[in-house]
Amino acid sequence: MTSRTFVQLCLLPLAVFTLTFLALPLARLILASGEGEFGWGIYLKILQTPRYYTTLLQTVLISIAVTITALGISTTAGLFLVRNRFAGRGVLLSILTLPLAFPGVVVGFMIILLGGRQGLVNQILPGHWVFAYSAFGLFLGYLYFSIPRVLLTVMAAAEKIDPALEEAALTLGAPPHRVVLDVILPALAPAMIAAGAIAFATAMGAFGTAFTLATNIDVLPMVIYTEFTLSANIAMAAALSVVLGVITWALLLIARSFSGTTVAAGG
Amino acid sequence: MFKSPAKLFQLVITLLACAFLLIPTLQSALAGVTVNYFRGVSSGLTFKWIIEVWALYSGSIFLSIWLALACLMCTLIIGVPAAYALARNPGRLSRMLEEFISLPLAIPGLALALALLQLYGGWREFRMSWTFILVGHVLYTLPFMVRSVMSVLAAIDLKTLEEGAASLGAPPHRRFLDIVVPNALPGILAGALTVVTLSIGEFNLTWMLHTPFLKTLPVGLADSYASMRLEIASAYTLIFFVMIVPLLLAMQWATARAQRIMS
Repeated sequence: MTSRTFVQLCLLPLAVFTLTFLALPLARLILASGEGEFGWGIYLKILQTPRYYTTLLQTVLISIAVTITALGISTTAGLFLVRNRFAGRGVLLSILTLPLAFPGVVVGFMIILLGGRQGLVNQILPGHWVFAYSAFGLFLGYLYFSIPRVLLTVMAAAEKIDPALEEAALTLGAPPHRVVLDVILPALAPAMIAAGAIAFATAMGAFGTAFTLATNIDVLPMVIYTEFTLSANIAMAAALSVVLGVITWALLLIARSFSGTTVAAGG
Repeated sequence: MFKSPAKLFQLVITLLACAFLLIPTLQSALAGVTVNYFRGVSSGLTFKWIIEVWALYSGSIFLSIWLALACLMCTLIIGVPAAYALARNPGRLSRMLEEFISLPLAIPGLALALALLQLYGGWREFRMSWTFILVGHVLYTLPFMVRSVMSVLAAIDLKTLEEGAASLGAPPHRRFLDIVVPNALPGILAGALTVVTLSIGEFNLTWMLHTPFLKTLPVGLADSYASMRLEIASAYTLIFFVMIVPLLLAMQWATARAQRIMS
């Protein structure tokens, strides 16, 4: 056997698996979206049916809010952890990356423990404080799993910034806030765009968290789920899945072109 | 060192973020061993919820461990040779193939599960068997194994090593087993821990693919959140934490080690 044939043989299991369980099912999904009563017009139907487009809009709005908040928190914390060495730093870093391995359902339960009927906030504060099942609860859930993902991407980039640049700016008389605006943030911009795209895409597609919390609010993955299981509207479920998949895939492609890495989507 | 207001502000934000992430996990751990969560810890500590969870859900815990190991085997058999082939032939085609197998990271699990159900849902024996869930898990974890091994292989001079072995008369499969695999071990280890961690926690695909007789750990968790009292849900979550946190720490350690070897 020549070296060339052996190398090709090495690719065979991957090729068979990917064709059977990825390429063909995805092709089937796309075809299925056009097999309903509206044909391929189903994609137009999404934009014409209030239930679908308001859901799409609502999912986008929550995801944008989560992305901006996570960027703010994680950039601040990430810069702090990269720049300072102190006792307990490792512990803080471990706490901040722990939720990476939590499935979305567990994240949802964490929010229930904070803001549910028996939740911490309701116990501490006087009056009735239940927000776990509202849009705000969903926002907190998405924020919970976005913070670690954004943090890791931003920290990796922050470690590569040359401290000499900052020192130069300071010796030239720049006040600290100008250093942040003119030196640090421009250097972090590619990583922040990448991290933002990852956070946005993960929030758009998050199913587990929404499954636990979104009893009153419609977000795209929950609508796909109910169309499929309750309404048996296969074509619409497929079409919405295709739309969602294209959005998240395109965003992560942007993220990769900016930073070269992507952290696993989950939620 | 924390004198300046800016530093203090950063510290406060960092600590608040830590509190937000940590407090509910502690609450969950505490609620899992408290007699009556609503009355608080003063009602006493107990293991009865953990025992009850074990009676109710031990099957789903073992299924998840079994699936994770089976998934690891599959990703090793499919992923390691593929990573070698891709590393040997860098180019547009390899790049596109890598991009394509990484699609399950970008497309939400729900959409992938729908795609699998559309094509294979009618094939009853397959649909009802645990291998159907396994396919979903392999689909989702395979890119991690391939990328992890590829990045280590890209950092070593594979060509020179292989030419050396070839000139000594080693056939291709011996070069793969005796040179490529040992050199790729740090990447394989990091990939393996990632695969097991992700497989045990996978929910988005599994929820659509599971059957009433095949519930994995996270599916059981969702079930307990919806229908059990808070103490049982918490005790189950506690068991999950005890399994997943050491795996996550080992995975981070192995990934950092693989990256050190590469640089």
